Amino acid sequence: MSLPWILFLPLLGALPALTRPYRDTPGPQWLPLLPPLLALGLLLAQGPAILGGDTLSQGWAWMPQLGLDLALRLDGLGLLFALLILGIGVMIQWYAGYYLSPKENHGRFTGYLLLFMTAMLGIVMADNLLLLWLFWELTSLASFLLIGFWSQDSDARRGARMALTITGAGGLALLAGVLLIGQTVGSFALGEVLAAGDLLRASPHYPWILSLVLLGAFTKSAQLPFHFWLPHAMAAPTPVSAYLHSATMVKAGLFLLMRLQPALGETPAWALALTGVGLATLLYGAWFALLQRDLKGILAFSTLSHLGLITLLLGLGQPLVALFHLLNHATFKAALFMGVGIVDHETGTRDLRRLGGLAALMPLTATLTVTAGAAMAGLPPFNGFLSKELLFAASLESELLGGLNPLIPLGVVAAASLSVAYSLRLVHSLFFARPGGEPPEAHDPPRGMLAPGLMLAALCLLVGLFPMALAAPLVMAAGQAVLATPPPALNLALWHGLNLPLAMSALAVAVGVLLMSRRRLLEQAFQVFGRYDARRLFEQAMIRLTKISLGITQRLENGSLQRYLALLLITALAMAGLGLSRLERLTGELALQPLDGMLVLGAALMIFGAIGSALSHRWRLVSLLMLSVVGLSVSLTFVRFSAPDLALTQLSVEVVSMILMILALFFLPQRPPRWISTRRMFRDLAVAGSLGLLVAGFNFALLTRETLSIANFFLRESVPGGGGTNVVNVILVDFRGFDTLGEITVLTLAGLATFKLLSRLKLFMPAGNVEGIHWSSHRHPMILAVVAQILLPLALLVTVYIFLRGHNQPGGGFIAGLITAVALILQYMARGYEWTRERLPVAYNLVAVSGLALATLTGLGSWLFGYPFLTTTHGHFSLPLIGDFELASALLFDLGVYLAVVGATLMILINLGRVTTVHRPRVEEH
Amino acid sequence: MEALFSLVVGVLTASGTFLLLRGRTFPVIVGLALLSYAVNLFLFSMGGLNTDAAAVIGDSTAPSDPLPQALVLTAIVIGFAMTAFLVILAVRARSELGSDHVDGKTGEERGKG
Repeated sequence: MSLPWILFLPLLGALPALTRPYRDTPGPQWLPLLPPLLALGLLLAQGPAILGGDTLSQGWAWMPQLGLDLALRLDGLGLLFALLILGIGVMIQWYAGYYLSPKENHGRFTGYLLLFMTAMLGIVMADNLLLLWLFWELTSLASFLLIGFWSQDSDARRGARMALTITGAGGLALLAGVLLIGQTVGSFALGEVLAAGDLLRASPHYPWILSLVLLGAFTKSAQLPFHFWLPHAMAAPTPVSAYLHSATMVKAGLFLLMRLQPALGETPAWALALTGVGLATLLYGAWFALLQRDLKGILAFSTLSHLGLITLLLGLGQPLVALFHLLNHATFKAALFMGVGIVDHETGTRDLRRLGGLAALMPLTATLTVTAGAAMAGLPPFNGFLSKELLFAASLESELLGGLNPLIPLGVVAAASLSVAYSLRLVHSLFFARPGGEPPEAHDPPRGMLAPGLMLAALCLLVGLFPMALAAPLVMAAGQAVLATPPPALNLALWHGLNLPLAMSALAVAVGVLLMSRRRLLEQAFQVFGRYDARRLFEQAMIRLTKISLGITQRLENGSLQRYLALLLITALAMAGLGLSRLERLTGELALQPLDGMLVLGAALMIFGAIGSALSHRWRLVSLLMLSVVGLSVSLTFVRFSAPDLALTQLSVEVVSMILMILALFFLPQRPPRWISTRRMFRDLAVAGSLGLLVAGFNFALLTRETLSIANFFLRESVPGGGGTNVVNVILVDFRGFDTLGEITVLTLAGLATFKLLSRLKLFMPAGNVEGIHWSSHRHPMILAVVAQILLPLALLVTVYIFLRGHNQPGGGFIAGLITAVALILQYMARGYEWTRERLPVAYNLVAVSGLALATLTGLGSWLFGYPFLTTTHGHFSLPLIGDFELASALLFDLGVYLAVVGATLMILINLGRVTTVHRPRVEEH
Repeated sequence: MEALFSLVVGVLTASGTFLLLRGRTFPVIVGLALLSYAVNLFLFSMGGLNTDAAAVIGDSTAPSDPLPQALVLTAIVIGFAMTAFLVILAVRARSELGSDHVDGKTGEERGKG
């Protein structure tokens, strides 16, 4: 199967293009042309089968959880579009080789173009709505790059940005629509969505789905009122305009409408929206095309008009005619853009008033442009004539608007007249009228540059002459995909007999010629209305939007941590309060336990400490002492409520953090200035008070209710599975060892970070305390030094004991590590950094890291035995003197924890302590 | 007893929050410490407030829920790591910015909160 090849081959061409980006002589890069040509060949090889009614599909699961599959399909509709994309794409690539000057970066241009080609192929070949949307966004991005290719030009940058904003916003709307479709249908697969048309149309979401999808389609296809980006996109190099903004990308919206017609179409809302918007765009585009002075401007507005026409045809329920006209428009408009591009390239201007009389100078270019222009005007015997006749016939048949039905044929004839007028004007003033200024010196470009345009122009004529042979099979196959039923017979012929559509054509030509000759009058009439500049409106809107969002951002994000915290806390308060307010009763069903004196005393201590530390926050040492009262009471609370491990941990952490904070106080102002407003104080008190109340209520509600627990699993499995009776420790080193590993990693990282933060620190070294009293000259009191020295071996012995028994009795790596750290810190405090450093030359960062490594390796070790990461084992051993004991591999893991805790804690404290010493050797090294 | 326990947790939270909203680094650190006590006690109480029921097999007939204890144990150590980092950060910020205001403002400059 070749579907992925057709899709991705073109992208391969970017490689040779980018390796040799610059050209010596004008002309296309040959090698990058081959992959898209090959893809075109593959596509053509599939042609006969698809024309016969087959649908090819091929897919791979990509993200099945999201419903996103890399699923491709090729049916009649896809074939028609893919032919346009690849066929015109190759011609444009060829033409651009001549159009860009050899000094420009051809490689980049070709790369963007091929990226766009792939994205576009992806849209038409996607068999999954999410995939379709992905490619849809990719075309917006590629189009942005292509419009802004001449990025030195501010118009190009603005045009690119505007196109991206509009089509990108439309893409988001489309995504929302697609998600709603997926939710309604239960799948994003195109086949299932298309088969679920009745379900979708009956769904209550249908109005939303329809509006969102139409938003996507209308922005992409530049329908009113989202049309204004298209004329500004003309700042792109002309090959880009020819390819993206007439032949392919703007047709993606129409493709989407056709693709989803079986799922969403055939409702009054659908028909009315498409008819109304289509008719408005048709007339608007045709009118403004007549008033343009810029060659590309005429073509841009004419493209708007024709896109509106195709939308109108879809609204009228004529997808076959719509498809036929889409094909015709792509051929004649691409040819016209190429012709105009040649004129621009050769004369250096696109201003109609300065051009004229080029027919004699550039006969071949004139032939090309006149042919395509006649097709655009809808003159026989060209293809545009055929589709215009069919449009007239369709407009007469419509009964959509009831009493207002005649509006449709009237509008269509008016637009056709305008189209005749602007086509005539373009051709006439370019080639036959006398030039306004100096006659330009120009001649036909190399044959190579003319070839693609001439081929397309010839196609316009051939399709006009032999429509049944050249276009009908393709249109029928595509129509089958749009209608989901065998389409009605399509009779394409130049001569339909004398009938009303023919009369309408004649009328349109007559009025068109008249309009063209009285154009001056029209222009003057137009001046009265003043100029309505969509771009200025758009840019003003963008500036206003930017200002509003900037205002919101600055209000929310004013650089004040206090404000952020207050906002965060208030939000948390509101959310949690809302949740808690749903409780019927605060008190649950459990019986309350009685109080005793010790509990009341403990609680009073904690409340005293907490409030005290809050009130005395300007007297920092006092505040800290109050905090330590709370900390110690917390560890007593753990003792009281049967958590010896927690109590031990809390106690040792308390000691370490108090020392750390006192050390830090040395570097921070002792007595900060008074700095508060009463209003702020009240706000903070209110936030703090209500949060406290909320937490207390929440806690009480939970404490008095029965909760589900998985405790029994751990209690049951602790001894047989983990080989230890201290369930808390077994959980830490065995059941949830991975958590613990993560935790010691965090601890080590914090240690390393403080190490880094303290290097090259500029110091504030106060010589005395806040009252101006100098620090004591007895830096290392004798008694402390002696006691510390005696305590060290005892403390280390306790550490070993606590560590070894940890698996079965309260203790373990964490607690042992903290006790070791405390004992060592005491040595530093008693003797000073240098003295201890000489006798204990240990690099604590290495200790921490090796602990982490040991724990990780223990975990990895279980892989050697074919078990998952961190599986533990245990067994009984006996040693003389000590007797029988149990050893678990978790002990090794716990040793890693121990080392990491010792290393990290000392790293933090010793590094901070070191900078307080007078000599500060490390700081001076730097 | 449950009411008293909740009251203590509530007071710790309120005091911590109040300190958290101060403008200088040191009270903020103290506030965070108070808040982490409150959070730890709260989490711990999810296993119930049991007397003489350490989660050691063979020590008691109805051991407490060991899981909240294990979680709180790690929370204490992580809380220490966080506090330590903040303390050092505050010291560093003071030496770099010359002020211990949380937003790096100097002197008597008034903050818009």
